[in-house]
Amino acid sequence: MKLLVKIHKKRGQEPIIARTVLDTGVLINVERANIESMSGEVLIEVADPEAKRVCDRLKEFGAEVERLEDSVCRNEEECIDCGECVSVCPQNVFSFDEEWNITLKTEKCVLCGKCVEACPHNALSLHQ
Amino acid sequence: MEKSIEEINLRIQEGNAHIVTAEEMPGIVDELGEAGALKEVDVVTTGTFGAMCSSGAFFNFGHSDPPIRMERAWMNDVELYSGIAAVDAYLGVTQESETQGSAYGGAHVLEDLISGKSIELRASSKGTDCYPRKTLSTEILLHDLNEAIMCNPRNSYQRYAAATNSTDNTLNTYMGTLLPDYGNVSFSGAGLLSPLINDPKLKLIGSGVPIFLCGSKGMIIGQGTQSSPGTLFATLMTTGNLKEMSPDYLRAATFKNYGVSCYIGLGVPIPVTDLETVRNTAIRDEDIMTNIIDYGVPGRNRPTVKTVSYAELKSGCIELNGEEVRTSSLSSYKKAREIAQELKKWVSSGQMTMTLPTRPSDASRTVNPMRESKRTPRVMEIMNRNVTCISQDADIKTAAKKLLRGETNHLPVLNDENKVVGIVTTYDVSKAIIKENVNDSVSMVMSKNVISTTPGEAVDIAAMKLERNNISALPVIDEEGRLLGILTGTDLGKLLGKRWYK
Repeated sequence: MKLLVKIHKKRGQEPIIARTVLDTGVLINVERANIESMSGEVLIEVADPEAKRVCDRLKEFGAEVERLEDSVCRNEEECIDCGECVSVCPQNVFSFDEEWNITLKTEKCVLCGKCVEACPHNALSLHQ
Repeated sequence: MEKSIEEINLRIQEGNAHIVTAEEMPGIVDELGEAGALKEVDVVTTGTFGAMCSSGAFFNFGHSDPPIRMERAWMNDVELYSGIAAVDAYLGVTQESETQGSAYGGAHVLEDLISGKSIELRASSKGTDCYPRKTLSTEILLHDLNEAIMCNPRNSYQRYAAATNSTDNTLNTYMGTLLPDYGNVSFSGAGLLSPLINDPKLKLIGSGVPIFLCGSKGMIIGQGTQSSPGTLFATLMTTGNLKEMSPDYLRAATFKNYGVSCYIGLGVPIPVTDLETVRNTAIRDEDIMTNIIDYGVPGRNRPTVKTVSYAELKSGCIELNGEEVRTSSLSSYKKAREIAQELKKWVSSGQMTMTLPTRPSDASRTVNPMRESKRTPRVMEIMNRNVTCISQDADIKTAAKKLLRGETNHLPVLNDENKVVGIVTTYDVSKAIIKENVNDSVSMVMSKNVISTTPGEAVDIAAMKLERNNISALPVIDEEGRLLGILTGTDLGKLLGKRWYK
């Protein structure tokens, strides 16, 4: 499960992700992080059964946590199934099926936006 | 010829012709043998759908009242070439909008026209006795035009070199996004479905031959510009009626930091007249080799990293320098198949018959580079050879003194073998002094990732390196990494005002 963790630095420089890993014993995969001077956003992935424990612990540290279900959107009218997106995606979201149609494994997407910039046909976007 | 064109056309007209796609042909030859396939198959259809920059269309807009002799003309703010006649103009697909830049260009105008959208035509003129009007602005639809004739100087490359990137930065190219450090490989072309790969001697694909062009029944004019069949990079010049085209087979595209291009759908039917044609059309992706080129080298002659087959490229993953690297296709194989199938329907239903080229093609010609009468300046001509440098073991204090005495802001840092291992700037040294680390060695504060140039590099490339990396000096090094000089923004400034520099 993907969780978007919002951190406010007013609470100091607590290493809350590391603390959460130690306290819960759950391994956390950091997919993407964007840290500003006063706040930060970290996209993490944890195994579904452990998500609640991780979420609760992070919240105790003062972080806001939301479950991320969005992923990249493909406009089928614009897409010509070329495959330019296939190799630029760090998460292997895109692949061809047997008929050379582009297929998406949306659950893997971490909304990094690399494919959106690479698509020559403006067929991909991060918002519905 | 073992089977004549007349014979094939008769079968097409009687509805008895056997038409297959170039994808089906290898299996048929496996099953029936070459002689059997020659007897059985009458026409092999091909197809490709990819970015083909060298494309565009001629328009005749009809005369306005009072009439105008268009000297400059725009469609949706994309400028046309109107130095032809009063109301004739050519729109190139890569031309960018004067208001929207690379988000909209000539290719988008063509796609909008064939999608039935209204386009704003603007024109200006000095006005003449016979054409008094000076400005014009009108909304037009494709069917309002007298003629809209697609005419593409270079389409349908036989095959393409694939692209990768050895540098530390992402490159945005006409081959798409190339990730740093050989992070991916981008390729183009339909492999075994590509028209010209099925006729390497250009015996059947040439002037006057009917083709599928963006959904219309078009025609080959002859070999295209930059055609190089001698090196298996032949191209075609093509034409077709824009009014018969479909947006399913013509799509505008924008490549980030590169610009506009147009995806063109093109297919050629090949009459199976003899055993050589059978053999040629039975080609498989495994037999079509191409080079992977390093686009990290900013010159015309880019090094080949590896030679691979289209089968490997299409598999989605290749091995490069001992690692698995993913591949991306820029052209659509799905669409290429659709085109070959559509063409199969056209021929099967008698809508298209076969024609031999009206003129022979020279299959041995190769492409030449540009003759440059003035060589662009090289780094060695403007670099500073009197360069103050420092040893990696020296301390910060020494560096500060050298910077002051040398009246410079950059010190290349050398190891015991006089090779450049870093660069230290006034900023790095000042920062160390504020932190009171004056006795630290230079190697602790220097930038280790040195962006450098060579004496033979074109000044334009060096200038781009400074700009892209937001730096102000480049050490000039030889092949062994030894320091020869330094090139600074100031040295480049010396060229200001000279002709080559805008």
